[in-house]
Amino acid sequence: MRIDFTVNGRPREADDVWEGESLLYVLRERLGLPGSKNACEQGECGSCTVRLDGVPVCSCLVAAGQVQGREVVTVEGLADLAGQRSRGAVARPGEDTGLSPLQQAFLDAGAVQCGFCTPGLLVAADEMLERHPDPSDADIREALSGNLCRCTGYEKIMDAVRLAAARRAERG
Amino acid sequence: MPAKGMPTTLTQGSGTKGGIGESTLRPDGALKVTGEFAYSSDLWHEDMLWGQILRSTVAHAEIASIDASEALAVPGVYAVMTYDDLPTGVRNYGLEIRDTPVLAHGKVRHHGEPVAIVAADHPETARRAAARIRVDYRELPVVTDEASALAPDAALVHENRDDHHIARVPHPNIVHRQPVVRGDVASARERADVIVEGEYTFGMQDQAFLGPESGLAVPEEDGGVHLYVATQWLHSDLRQIAPVLGLPEDRVRMTLAGVGGAFGGREDLSMQIHACLLALRTGKPVKIVYNRFESFFGHVHRHPAKLHYEHGATADGRLTHVKARIVLDGGAYASSSPAVVGNAASLGVGPYAVDAVDVEAVALYTNNPPCGAMRGFGAVQACFAYEAQMDRLAARLGLDPVEFRQLNAMEQGTLMPTGQPVDSPAPVAELLRRVKARPMPPERQWESGEGADVRRLPGGLSNTTHGEGVVRGVGYAVGIKNVGFSEGFDDYSTARVRLEVAGGEPVAAVHTAMAEVGQGGVTVHAQIARTELGVARVTVHPADTRVGSAGSTSASRQTYVTGGAVRNACELVREKVLELGRRKLGPSHPAWAGAGLLLEGGKVVTDGGEVLADLVDVLGDEAVEAEEEWRHRPTEPFDPRTGQGDGHVQYSFAAHRAVVEVDTELGLVKVVELACAQDVGKALNPLSVTGQIQGGTAQGLGMAVMEEIVVDPRTAKVRNPSFTDYLVPTILDTPAIPVDVLELADDHAPYGLRGVGEAPTLSSTPAVLAAIRDATGLELSRTPVRPEHLTTGTG
Repeated sequence: MRIDFTVNGRPREADDVWEGESLLYVLRERLGLPGSKNACEQGECGSCTVRLDGVPVCSCLVAAGQVQGREVVTVEGLADLAGQRSRGAVARPGEDTGLSPLQQAFLDAGAVQCGFCTPGLLVAADEMLERHPDPSDADIREALSGNLCRCTGYEKIMDAVRLAAARRAERG
Repeated sequence: MPAKGMPTTLTQGSGTKGGIGESTLRPDGALKVTGEFAYSSDLWHEDMLWGQILRSTVAHAEIASIDASEALAVPGVYAVMTYDDLPTGVRNYGLEIRDTPVLAHGKVRHHGEPVAIVAADHPETARRAAARIRVDYRELPVVTDEASALAPDAALVHENRDDHHIARVPHPNIVHRQPVVRGDVASARERADVIVEGEYTFGMQDQAFLGPESGLAVPEEDGGVHLYVATQWLHSDLRQIAPVLGLPEDRVRMTLAGVGGAFGGREDLSMQIHACLLALRTGKPVKIVYNRFESFFGHVHRHPAKLHYEHGATADGRLTHVKARIVLDGGAYASSSPAVVGNAASLGVGPYAVDAVDVEAVALYTNNPPCGAMRGFGAVQACFAYEAQMDRLAARLGLDPVEFRQLNAMEQGTLMPTGQPVDSPAPVAELLRRVKARPMPPERQWESGEGADVRRLPGGLSNTTHGEGVVRGVGYAVGIKNVGFSEGFDDYSTARVRLEVAGGEPVAAVHTAMAEVGQGGVTVHAQIARTELGVARVTVHPADTRVGSAGSTSASRQTYVTGGAVRNACELVREKVLELGRRKLGPSHPAWAGAGLLLEGGKVVTDGGEVLADLVDVLGDEAVEAEEEWRHRPTEPFDPRTGQGDGHVQYSFAAHRAVVEVDTELGLVKVVELACAQDVGKALNPLSVTGQIQGGTAQGLGMAVMEEIVVDPRTAKVRNPSFTDYLVPTILDTPAIPVDVLELADDHAPYGLRGVGEAPTLSSTPAVLAAIRDATGLELSRTPVRPEHLTTGTG
């Protein structure tokens, strides 16, 4: 089958898609967007998290056909998304490197080791910060509880999200 | 201790920005946060095929027949291969003992053993074709534990063993046995006022790295193959792959693809040979990616263990003796079981000074899943048991558990049970003091203005309690881990460093075969090059087999050994650069003839700070390069009867304090805080060091309360191969992990550093267990603890 949908603000189409293919497979293998990761392919680890019409979902559990006509944002689109949010505002961290402020905070806080969980965590945390600009630690933990990380023990991920929120508060 | 134990003084590079000791950021970080970093499962090639492995559905069986005809008939299938299609007489592989068939030969020895491989043009086609291969199994009785392995009529897991351990083991179902005997245990036992005995059980833990086993094999025009793969040691893979393919090693090229974590689980081969076989058979690039289900069968796990301990102490709290027997289940193939046995035996007493020791460790061959390397490597299981013993002893003696440990803590100069002196700082008592001195996390943190915040309670969002039945407990533990490969292994690393002018400035390039698995070795290598060569710009070349071996990314060894090799190569480059400078510019300034010249800020300077020349002028068009192997000081094998010998390179220590809250009615545990103190000798990158300690701590927490591969004792089949049923700690399960880093230099190691990665995984688990015991009053002699153990008082 053929699927038309929007990925990171651009119209995309995928041809010859099998009925059983997941959105994750289409992104990774048909559209050349391997940023969404394939750690468990059963909806338990969150590594494949993308936003589907704004809502974070495990793309491994979304049948490709379900995204027809809908909007998907992946880790590859986070910098553009941040750019749209801050259009006209003062300079933000990460801007000169092409990163979103949250991506920059993950780097600065040491939240990336092997990095396999990072794309999913970034998409989930970015969405949480949209809803909760000033999250408590418990809010962060709740929002990210669907994303497994095996390297960091999560402490630096907490630091990164706190840092991104604090930097945003500073900029006003 | 004025000089001893202080950080190494730096001269060269002390004025260089981004050098060692700074928390510089990962060079691969930007690619990893944008999704552009190419992991082994992201690789793609024009015309590539997908490989799929058919695995055994039973644990122990003869294979009466394999019929692949239906699979071959599936449109889109390019090849199906079984044992009979292997190209050479070398059909087994293995890290130490080559006992693992590439594809099953007449028999399978564990659930999930590879039987056949398929290549097809779509991964689903390959999966469906593999499912059409008919294998006729004749099931055999399973060997699952010590009793069934050593029974008089026990089936032999491996007939006709000819490995170098067979002559010394008491039974062919024992892979390796290592005793460690020191002092007179019988008379020491008589001096004991208190003796405690305990039987402990340690479950099977999985590394659960997130990046699945995967890679891409590309056939090359010369008949060779280029394999892009996620591994921990390229050259070890190469030595095992090439003979099976019938190719000389120089026609199997290997490049490290992005690695999504490892933790020991990538030391053994997984899909490497299978992908190469299919690529050479079809003449097309072949990619193999395991899914999570297959990953649970596709790598070795941490050895589950039964441990029997006897500890004695005098009334004033001095250990008299330790007797221990540690039985590790190695599963169907040897993997690194012999080395795990060596660690369990030699480190089995823990970081304590004990004169009389009688320890025996064995690893069994069974039909359970093969077990091998995982972070902590044999020291983890023992630490769980000896720390439980230390608490029980302290309780019997009426002593504080921390003070009792401190009273018996080893220090620099203490002899290990192997007779090896600990010849660098061993701040065991100090680490315990530091975790104990930390302020306690406040009580009842779940209470907020608007009622209970269930996210901070046992059971979490399941909303199982608002504080009723919740009891707090506190526990401590400390551990000892070896750093580097032990027992006489020639544990070297190779580094190539090049310095030249590019874009008008001096640039250093570092090339090693070190597997970056997430630990940050690439960050540290760049820092070392900046420090040693005084340049700002360093490029780290992708790891491949065009440079010599860097050894394994395991045993907490890479910063020490490959870091040491990079420093060594940089020193050679520095000497060559200074020699070049003397030739070119020597006559211009008398200081060129003197000693103590440094490279700082892209310039040659005297130790007084006078600038002699710009590196750009010294180098001109020339590139200065050095490549050399570097070794840490040698070790020796343990005596096979007594375990005596200087078997280890370096020891590493960490201590934990766990604070838990237990819902005693439902048996649910919330770890509230898990504080760690660790001596790292010298923190080359403090941010990465803290990250390693926190990550290792969290894996220990998982082992304490949730992580276990459950194997059916009747069938030896794995019952929970998924992240739905094998639970890994989430961010809600993991508490704050405050870290206290000591830097007491080891004068034998580069920059005084001490391997970091593994020690925190040891003491984390027993600290959590001790805290749960403190909260509940239960004995709890197995880990992980499950709710039913707490509600029924078993376990």
